[in-house]
Amino acid sequence: MDLLLMQLFNSLSVSSILLLAALGLAITFGLMGVINMAHGELIMIGAYTTYVVQNIWKSVFPESLFDGYFIASIFISFLVTAGIGVLLERGIIRHLYGRALDSLLVTWGISLVLQQLVRSIFGPTNVSVACPSFLDKNIEVIGMFSMSYKRLFILALVIICCILIGLLMYRTRQGRNIRAAMQNRPMAASLGVNTARCDALTFAIGSGFAGVAGCAIALLGPIGPTIGQSYIVDTFMAVVVGGVGRIVGCITGSAIIGMGGPIFEFFTTASLGKVLIFIVVIIILQFCPKGIFSISNRVLDE
Amino acid sequence: MKKRDLWKKILSVAMVGALSMSVMGCSGGAMGEATESSTETTESSEAEESSEVTGTEESTASGDTVKVGILHSQSGTMAMAEKPMIEATQMAIDEINEAGGILGKQIEFVLEDGASDAAIFAEKATKLLTNDKVATIFGCWTSASRKAVLPVVEGNNGLLWYPVQYEGLESSHNIMYTAPCPNQQAIPAMDYLMENYKGEDGVLKVFLFGSDYVYPRTTNTIIKEMQAEYGFEIVGEEYIPLGYTDCSTVITKIQQTQPDVIINTINGDSNVSFFKQYKDAGLSPDKIQTMSFSCYEEDIRGMGAEYAEGHLFAWNYFQSVDTEASKAFTEKFKSIYGEEKVTGDPVVNAYEGVYLWKAAVEKAGTFDVEAVITACESGEVECETPEGLITIAAGTTHHVLQKVLVGECDAEGQIQTLWETEDRVEPDPWLTEYAWASKLTTDSE
Amino acid sequence: MLNETKAGKFRIQGNTILVTIIFIFLTAAPFFMSSFRMNMFGKYMCFALIAIGIDMIWGYAGILSLGHGVYFGLGAYCMAMHLKLEASGGALPDFMAWSAMEKLPGFWKPFESTAFTLLAVVLVPVTVAAIIGSLTFLNRIRGVYFSILSQALAYALATFMIGRQEYFGGSNGLTNFSTIFGCPIQSTQTKIILFYCTLAALILAYVGCRFLVKRRIGRVLIAVRDAENRARFTGYSPAVYKVFVYCLSAALAGIAGALYVPQVGIISPTDINISPSIEMVIWVAVGGKGTLVGPVLGALVVNFLKSLISEQFPAFWQFFMGGVFILVVLFLPGGLVSIKEIPAKIKARKLKKEE
Repeated sequence: MDLLLMQLFNSLSVSSILLLAALGLAITFGLMGVINMAHGELIMIGAYTTYVVQNIWKSVFPESLFDGYFIASIFISFLVTAGIGVLLERGIIRHLYGRALDSLLVTWGISLVLQQLVRSIFGPTNVSVACPSFLDKNIEVIGMFSMSYKRLFILALVIICCILIGLLMYRTRQGRNIRAAMQNRPMAASLGVNTARCDALTFAIGSGFAGVAGCAIALLGPIGPTIGQSYIVDTFMAVVVGGVGRIVGCITGSAIIGMGGPIFEFFTTASLGKVLIFIVVIIILQFCPKGIFSISNRVLDE
Repeated sequence: MKKRDLWKKILSVAMVGALSMSVMGCSGGAMGEATESSTETTESSEAEESSEVTGTEESTASGDTVKVGILHSQSGTMAMAEKPMIEATQMAIDEINEAGGILGKQIEFVLEDGASDAAIFAEKATKLLTNDKVATIFGCWTSASRKAVLPVVEGNNGLLWYPVQYEGLESSHNIMYTAPCPNQQAIPAMDYLMENYKGEDGVLKVFLFGSDYVYPRTTNTIIKEMQAEYGFEIVGEEYIPLGYTDCSTVITKIQQTQPDVIINTINGDSNVSFFKQYKDAGLSPDKIQTMSFSCYEEDIRGMGAEYAEGHLFAWNYFQSVDTEASKAFTEKFKSIYGEEKVTGDPVVNAYEGVYLWKAAVEKAGTFDVEAVITACESGEVECETPEGLITIAAGTTHHVLQKVLVGECDAEGQIQTLWETEDRVEPDPWLTEYAWASKLTTDSE
Repeated sequence: MLNETKAGKFRIQGNTILVTIIFIFLTAAPFFMSSFRMNMFGKYMCFALIAIGIDMIWGYAGILSLGHGVYFGLGAYCMAMHLKLEASGGALPDFMAWSAMEKLPGFWKPFESTAFTLLAVVLVPVTVAAIIGSLTFLNRIRGVYFSILSQALAYALATFMIGRQEYFGGSNGLTNFSTIFGCPIQSTQTKIILFYCTLAALILAYVGCRFLVKRRIGRVLIAVRDAENRARFTGYSPAVYKVFVYCLSAALAGIAGALYVPQVGIISPTDINISPSIEMVIWVAVGGKGTLVGPVLGALVVNFLKSLISEQFPAFWQFFMGGVFILVVLFLPGGLVSIKEIPAKIKARKLKKEE
């Protein structure tokens, strides 16, 4: 019984981390059609921002306020990666709209450069962040089953992020503009929407959420120049299998991969579990060539 | 139209021209080499360039310097592990140069990036041996990279000093292993666990957990072979892919099977995930102890000491080893590369490799690879290192005699020695002294 | 692109010159390069062979595969299994012994035969490609979705190979070969023979693909790339053409893998995973997709630069490589082969300004 609960909680937690990492990608990929292979590196930069904020916080504020650094770093990570996102969009990616596959190659180049940049600044070895004390606890539920505050915190963070994105996209003027620009650019432009600004903003938001994800995974995993690589494949699968362009698709995709992975792993081995979940993805795509929740339209050739 | 057409042609020709010119720059002539090697003469038209073609002796030690290669990953996933190795090797080379070099020659090193890819390691090793004509190579971390370099050093008569603890069952004529093989790490550690961690029922229950690659799998195969002889029980065996970030499912399996000890052979990044998530799951070393073979002070620094506190580690050296030589080494390492740096067994192995090579060269009186190997095999090549006196074992095993330590991590991230072998342990990479290991070694020789 | 017919004619001529120069250069290479450099060019030619295959599906049929490491790997592993058996000389391969295997698994046995191995090198990748291709293309999986699917495939295969150490050598892969068809693998003569074999394969592949592209099938492929539905409505079945060209490119990658193994001396799952698969596509993009000479040039130039720069700047070479990818794709969408069009472009821009 407690084993089952534990495994369920694990799956939920893995899904939530995956979803957090995939949210930003769902925005840049789903809304803008940009395949951002450097998304993993933005996550990595978010994690490094957390590390830097921690070090600065330590030297500025007294010991008793130490835990506050983490809350601050969530926001600072968002701003830093969003800033980098704007730079990338204005400098490079805006030349690539409509060339989705080219954007993939360019952003792969960007990811190499970003990795090397971080390696040159911080060195190739891992850095560590201390977990704030208010998250360093467990609730004992029954038997061996205990839930860690960190994982619960990430779960809550994901829910908040999803709601925020929903509100932003569907309840604000800016969000309406973004959706209009993405659906029919010339029409939106002729109605007075500043589409260039919308692009930059969308990319910034997508990148910003990558930073938040980086901040969260710093709690559970290593922080090094190559950690982005370990998330990028899974997040792409999640976005694609769920269906591009819809948040609900992204949630479903993350749930399939996040839940399926640990379940397969539990009954087989970690490697085989990984292989099996990818085979499941390939099979799902056979039946839903555009993901589970695809936006249907009447366009024949896209 | 005509003019533009001409332009195109000129440009395309120029492009290929530039490519070929740049290649010519590093020419030598494989055809020439082929005929040469078959006719056994060096009187070719390229006699002036014969330093490129003939034996290593003159070319490597020409002038006042001798060239050596350092071959480690500086990019890719293994860079984080291999960077300290480069630093330690360079530090040893600088020290030797300051003290007057070897046989009156200063050491000059050529640094190459293996890029965490075995095929690149093979390529760069070939480059070091055939283009740079290095006298020896210090490098490699993963078993995959060593296995890839092995045919290269054997084929080109090179010499590789390999600094990382590994799965054994190998001894190449052209490789010197300064790190422990299983009978100098895993097997004594199992002895220690048998003594101290048996459960209430008098049986030691172990859970084998490692990264999915050759060192963990082979080490665990060895441990499984020990089972009948030692009488412990293996309750689980799990592997996660390199770079895997979620260990929660394996931790659930660990809780399900309730072992006394987890044998941790995870390599690199995933160690951080494991120790962080282990603590998260409400586990601690006083509930289920772990024994790590592939995680040292540097990994602990990279995850934060609070996660590793109380866990066990088996090595031949800890930074905390309380001798003059050890303290001086750590201090010097920190003063060069930064206060936050730590040392540990692999770092010391990389460092002592250079000194052992120096000792061997001085004994042989030449940089010639064959002579150096013969000197190493005499059993008289030794040097004082931070971990004490290290001797290359006599015979063809090419490993070193060293002590084995088991230690526990403290709150500062330092591993404090709990237990050590009385004497230095003889290396036995093929496990010939152990009857239970016969199955592993019989058909592979 | 505007005056396609006229420019196209000249372009082909320019490219023919270019490809002739490349092949003459490669033929002459063993006479002036050291055996090490020649060996490296042998490796680059294997990559060029893969690049031609990728160009056939990407440049001509519009399918971007990010998982060609799979087919390269299958060919390479088939060859490596044969070489490993040859090196072990009847005994159990070393890695099986230390994985506590007791006898040779059944599927290894046929690889003792040279003829079977040479067949398998082509047939195994083609069979897998035919299965995957017919499933995905009949189900009309296109564009980005196919790219991601192929990526999943590469990751799955690499992880599988790593996890099955007792059968495939795990993360070490297969290495430490001694002879190939009886010739010592380390000798310079063997290396020269292998070099010319690879060159021959490359020239054959180039000529063969060019022949195909000039036929009706090439035009149908381009039609499928540019307007799949229109091609379908005119009575062609895009799926059949796509599966064919996908299998062709898998065969090329398989042959490349088989030639790669004896020259490099190792095949490991790292070389068939996602990163190398993406790099393969980048060679094509840098060289110039849709031209056949582009991928050959791209594979040679990118890899040669990679080796050279990483030797000179072992700590920083990734900056250069990343930079090259970004700049080429951004400013030279036609790849290196389109450099020659730059003067014309500048001229056109000047004219525009003057207006």
